[in-house]
Amino acid sequence: MSRSAKKGPYVDASLIKKIKRARESGTRKTSPSYARASMIIPDFVGFTIPVHNGRRFIDVYITENMVGHRLGEFSPTRTFRGHGAVHSREVAAEISE
Amino acid sequence: MARIAGVNLPNDKKVVIGLTYIYGIGRKTAGDILEKAGVDPEKRVRDLTDDEEASIQRAVQEFPVEGDLRRRVRDDIQRLRSINSYRGLRHMRGLPVRGQRTITNARTRKGRRRAVSGKR
Repeated sequence: MSRSAKKGPYVDASLIKKIKRARESGTRKTSPSYARASMIIPDFVGFTIPVHNGRRFIDVYITENMVGHRLGEFSPTRTFRGHGAVHSREVAAEISE
Repeated sequence: MARIAGVNLPNDKKVVIGLTYIYGIGRKTAGDILEKAGVDPEKRVRDLTDDEEASIQRAVQEFPVEGDLRRRVRDDIQRLRSINSYRGLRHMRGLPVRGQRTITNARTRKGRRRAVSGKR
């Protein structure tokens, strides 16, 4: 067993609290989180977690398939606006709606 | 000519090398298989007896190979795409997936260079 496996997955403590709070209040959406490095565990499935991407919070709806991945993987931090002068203006307009 | 794991017909090379013609089998796996099958790796494919061929065939079954393997890889990538993960997005874009630089290099993923018309 590798050392990292022995240590178990990293799940942010405050995130667990948020899930718990959401579950108790009956909402499917947690309060926003900055814990991008936190692993997604099966308990999160079915919740929507707003994950910070450095600028704003992206709503991430957690499905079965996402277990084992980290929250940040679903909240891209970069905006690709394309290459080339003329083209980029169109794309930029599209993105900044 | 030996026919193992479907379409693969190696030739008059040594068996260890011949096996690497199968998708999913490299030098290491080829060696392991032959050890398991009890066949001399130095032997030429053409000199294999039917028995040896059969026992190699059996040993190969334990590895994901050819179609099965390709499907597995495809499904794995498809999963990454469908959950909108960063890695999935990189696959869609045809860019490197594991955090490599893209300002230079990354030509394997990006394909042939595309000329950018600079200012003159």
